[in-house]
Amino acid sequence: MTRPASGPRLLAGWAETRQVADSAAHVDRYGPLPVLGAELIGMVRAAGLLGRGGAWFPTGAKLAAVAAGRRTPVVVANGAEGEPASDKDKALLTVAPHLVVDGMVLAAVAIGADEAILCVHRGSAVRAAIAQRHGDPVAIRLVEMPARFVASEESALVNFLNTGEARPTETPPRPYERGVRGRPTLVDNVETLANVALIGRYGADWFRTAGTPEAPGTMLVTVGGVAVRPGVREIPLGTTLSAALGYQRQVVHSPAVMAGAPPQDRIDWNSGGPREPADERSNSGGGNGAADSVGAVFGHGVTEPVSAVLVGGFGGNWLPLPAAADLPLTPGALAAAGGALGVGMLLALPARACGLAETARILRYLAGESAMQCGPCMFGLAAIVDDVEGLTYGRPTVERLRYRLGMVGGRGACAHPDGAVRLAASALTVFADDVRAHASGRPCAGARMAPVIRVPASGMGLGWR
Amino acid sequence: MNPIACHAHGLCAELLPELIDLDEWGYPILADGVRGAVPAPLVDQARAAVSACPTLALRLQYPKRI
Repeated sequence: MTRPASGPRLLAGWAETRQVADSAAHVDRYGPLPVLGAELIGMVRAAGLLGRGGAWFPTGAKLAAVAAGRRTPVVVANGAEGEPASDKDKALLTVAPHLVVDGMVLAAVAIGADEAILCVHRGSAVRAAIAQRHGDPVAIRLVEMPARFVASEESALVNFLNTGEARPTETPPRPYERGVRGRPTLVDNVETLANVALIGRYGADWFRTAGTPEAPGTMLVTVGGVAVRPGVREIPLGTTLSAALGYQRQVVHSPAVMAGAPPQDRIDWNSGGPREPADERSNSGGGNGAADSVGAVFGHGVTEPVSAVLVGGFGGNWLPLPAAADLPLTPGALAAAGGALGVGMLLALPARACGLAETARILRYLAGESAMQCGPCMFGLAAIVDDVEGLTYGRPTVERLRYRLGMVGGRGACAHPDGAVRLAASALTVFADDVRAHASGRPCAGARMAPVIRVPASGMGLGWR
Repeated sequence: MNPIACHAHGLCAELLPELIDLDEWGYPILADGVRGAVPAPLVDQARAAVSACPTLALRLQYPKRI
């Protein structure tokens, strides 16, 4: 039994052994499940844990609110990761499922819940881990859902559990007031609950030894696009954007510098999730001196300059590089920079790609993932995609696009349209030079390039049940 | 306004144009502040808009008496 002193916490077992932790390996590493009651709520409050599902809401406050309801509450662990480019919850549930289940059990006991439900996409491998559990005070029920983008929004999750249809509902009431079968329901992301399991074992002071005072602990990020090492890794909150991406500041196209010393500012305990290639490419880049660009340096010495990073999710924000390279990854710092940390998805866009064309493809996906319930989402997102595509190919649609972006946000039952608006609006800002060129009928060469960011086909064929 | 129930019949904008506009697809856009308070001279019109909505998507909330 070891208390992770520094380095990865949730992915400690994977980082060390590259083995999926079964029940015995889990107890060996973290120790047995502690016996705790309602005092857990105070511990989570003192730890300052913020929800890892994207909203970064204080978990202690949510636990207390659900516990204060009149009826017996229900715990729902949200592992139905809807972001196509995010793998962090799948990675966590694959390599350390018992940490998540421990957190569910501790939370359920703390708030007096008699039911704990783990929601995952159909076909998840987590079932084997549930079967290994014995003697928990609250039984864990596994529920498999259709893999749709908005199905993991909390009202959609509760709606699915109540009616079998995974589409969002009108709020209020929010699930913490009235959720599963009308009972107060704690809907927490699986990474949040895994952190609850560690706080229950090692306490608030230990939890605060990583991260920042306002955003303590570690976070799982999924790195993609032009990445040195794509995949899931665990970083302390407050790590800079460029360090999280595994980049160094460097003089691009300068072989002399690239042959230099090993990187200085890379966090060397990055632990990849199960998707990471086994043969990690060693990073031969270096040189923290003259910094005029930020780019990915690959082992064989090829440098790819990066122009922007999509942060938070498909419904997130583009942030320009190198301007945002030193931005610390915390909810507060991202909000101050006009973005949101969301689910920790970081997609790096190479400078050769067209940000508008990439944005249009992501928006097309988001429009197809509308639950088709609210008019502004159903019609507005499709119209916004048309305008962004028009702009991409040099048609004069930008004024209409700006008008539409100003009136669709905030008018859906859930925040799905708001995310699409946020993405499109940030593209207009970050790729402003491209916007001017495209709008005057001179689209860039990147617009005709093969897509860089992988966007799946919409899951429309899957239905909602 | 319940955006899921609303099916863009547009009667609300007809009856309460001072506070409700329609977007290009016929869905209502509530003027700033409608969620806060309906001005007293418009309350009767607002009641008419609420009762005219075929999908019961519009509601008027009355302040709780102290």
